[in-house]
Amino acid sequence: MTILFRLGTAREAFDVSMTRVRGGTGTTGPPPPGRRPERRGHLRRIRADRVLLLVAAPALAYFLFFHYGALFGNVLAFQDYVPFLGVSGSQWVGLAHFERMVTDPLFWNAVKNTLLIAALQLVFFFPAPLALALLLNSIVGDTVRRFVQSVVYLPHFLSWVIVVALFQQVLGGAGVVNGWLSTLGLGGISVIGNPDAYGPLVIAQLIWKECGWATIIFLAALSQVDEQQYEAAALDGAGYWRRLWHVTLPAIRPVIVLLLVLRLGEFLSIGFEQFFLQRPSVGPETGEVLETFVYYTGFANGDFGYAAAVGLFKGVIGVVLIYAANKVAHRLGEQGVYKA
Amino acid sequence: MGRPTPAVRAAKAVALTVVVALVVFPLWTVLATSLASPQNVIANGGWVIWPGEFSFAAYTEILQGGIISRALLVSAGVTIVGTALSLVCTIGLAYTLSRPKVYGGKPMLLLVLFTFLFPPGMVPLFLVVQGSGLFDSYAALILPFLVNVFNLVVMRGFFQSIPPELIDAARIDGATELGILRQIVLPLSKAVIAVVGLFYAVAYWNRFFEAIIYFNDQTKWPIGTVLRQYVTGGASLAETSGELATTSPQSVQMAVVMLATLPIVCVYPFLQRYFVKGVVTGALKA
Repeated sequence: MTILFRLGTAREAFDVSMTRVRGGTGTTGPPPPGRRPERRGHLRRIRADRVLLLVAAPALAYFLFFHYGALFGNVLAFQDYVPFLGVSGSQWVGLAHFERMVTDPLFWNAVKNTLLIAALQLVFFFPAPLALALLLNSIVGDTVRRFVQSVVYLPHFLSWVIVVALFQQVLGGAGVVNGWLSTLGLGGISVIGNPDAYGPLVIAQLIWKECGWATIIFLAALSQVDEQQYEAAALDGAGYWRRLWHVTLPAIRPVIVLLLVLRLGEFLSIGFEQFFLQRPSVGPETGEVLETFVYYTGFANGDFGYAAAVGLFKGVIGVVLIYAANKVAHRLGEQGVYKA
Repeated sequence: MGRPTPAVRAAKAVALTVVVALVVFPLWTVLATSLASPQNVIANGGWVIWPGEFSFAAYTEILQGGIISRALLVSAGVTIVGTALSLVCTIGLAYTLSRPKVYGGKPMLLLVLFTFLFPPGMVPLFLVVQGSGLFDSYAALILPFLVNVFNLVVMRGFFQSIPPELIDAARIDGATELGILRQIVLPLSKAVIAVVGLFYAVAYWNRFFEAIIYFNDQTKWPIGTVLRQYVTGGASLAETSGELATTSPQSVQMAVVMLATLPIVCVYPFLQRYFVKGVVTGALKA
C-alpha cells in the first residue's frame, strides 16, 4: 500500500503543478448555470451547497475526531501521563521525555535497527519491482501476461500474519526447505528466529508481498514508451540490452526518480505489523524498531508519556522528510509538465 | 521490434516460472498440509507437498464452533459492515471535494491531506479510542479507520474525470445534487467503487493489531489476531478444540491460515480486472 500512498501525494503534486502551468482553474468549463458572479454571503453559499456539505459531513467528522483528536493527544509527550488521572490530571514535565531519549540506549538501538532496515529496503526492495516490471513488460502473449500479473499481485492482499506464517512454514526449523535439506543429507539452515538472518528475512518477505503490486506504476510508465523509438533503435542494430539502456530506462526515468524521491520522504516508514509480529522471535536487540519500541514502552510497560514522545519524534521527522520530498517531487513534476 | 532469440525467450520463460513458483509454492504447501491426514503429516515431519490421502477433518474440526469459527464470524461481520460504512463516507466526501466551487472545498481538502502528512500516532490514537468508550466494542475495529486518504484521493480523481457536461446537462434537466450522484456519477464509477471497496474490505479482514490493544475480551478477537497467537506465540490452535486424534496440529494450523487467506483469494479474480484500471486512472491521471 505504501507505494500507492506515495502515488496519492505525487498526484496532488502533479495537480498543483498542472494548475500552475495552466494559470489557475478558471479554464475548466463554463460556470454552472444559475450561479451569479457576485460574491454571496457565507450563509447563502452554505445553503446552496447544503446537500453536498451534508454528504461530506460523516467523513469530515471522522477526520476531525480521530485524526485531529489524536493530534491533540500528542500533549502526552510532555506529560507524566497516568491513565487513572487522564490528560487533564497528569503532571506536565516539559521536555523531560525528549531529554531521556537522548541518553536511552534502548531508544538508540531502535533507531539504529530502523535505519538499517530502511536502508536495506531502499537498496534491495526499491529496484525489485522495476526489474519485475521490465520482465512482465517483455511478455508478448496477453494471456500469459495477465496470468502472471494476477499471481504476483495476490500477495499484496494477504495480511502480514499470513505472510509470516507462510515463511515459517517454508523456512522454519521444521519447515519445507529444512526437510528437503535433511533428506539430501545436508545440514539445516536457521533463518526464522536467527538474529543474523533477520535483515535478509524481512526484506525477502517484503519483496514476496509487495514487489508484484509495486510493478503497477512502472508498467503504466512502460506502456507510455514510444514504440517508434524501439523500432528505430532496432533498425540501428541495437540488441535487447542496448535498447533497455538507451530507450526504455531514459523514457521512464522521471517516474523512477519521482518514486525514489517519495520513497526517501517515507524513509522511516518501514512498516509496523511485520516487525511487531517477528520481534519476539529474534529479541529486541535486532528486532526492535521505532514503532515496536513505542508499542512495548507504552502498552507493555505502561510508560505512555515516553512512548508518545518517541512517536511524536518519529512523526515530526517524517513530516519534515515528506515535506522536503514533496517539494523536490513538485519541482520534478513541474519540469515534466513543461517538457511535455 | 526485432524478435528475441530462442535463448532469450527460454531465459524469460525460466525467470517467469520461478517468479510464479515463488509466489504459489508457500500457499500450495499450506493448502496441501491442511488437507493431509495426520499420518501423512507425521511421516513427512510436519509439512506436505502432496497429500497422500485427502482429509477435510482439520476444516470440519475448527468450523464446528469454538474460537476459530467465532473469529471468522467476527472478521466477516467487521469486514462487511466496515466496508459499507467506509464506502458511503468516502463516496460522500470524495464527491463533494470533486465538485468545483463547493463551499469550503479548499479548506476541507487541506484538512484531509494534512492528516496524510501527519498520521495519528499509536498512543494518541489509543487515547482517543479509549476516551470515546470503544473498548471491547467491534466499532473499535471500524471507526478509527473509517476513511482512508489514499482511497479518498483516488475516488475524487475518478469523479473529477467525469465530463462536467454530463453533470451540467443533468442539472439543467432539474436533477438534484443527490440525484446527479445516484443516477450519473455512481453508475459511471463502478470500477473505482469496486477497487476502493476491495481495498477497504482487505484492510478490515487483515487487521489484527487493534484487537490486541482495544479488546480485553479475547472471545471477540477477529481471525487475524487469533492467527497471530500461533504465528508469534507458538500457541497451538489445536488445543482450542477437542478431538486431536483425527487431525494433526499442523493441519489445523494450516487450515486456519487457509481460512484467513481464502476469502481474499476468492473475491480477487472478480475484482482484479477492475483494480489496475481503477488505480492507474485514479492515481496516475495527471
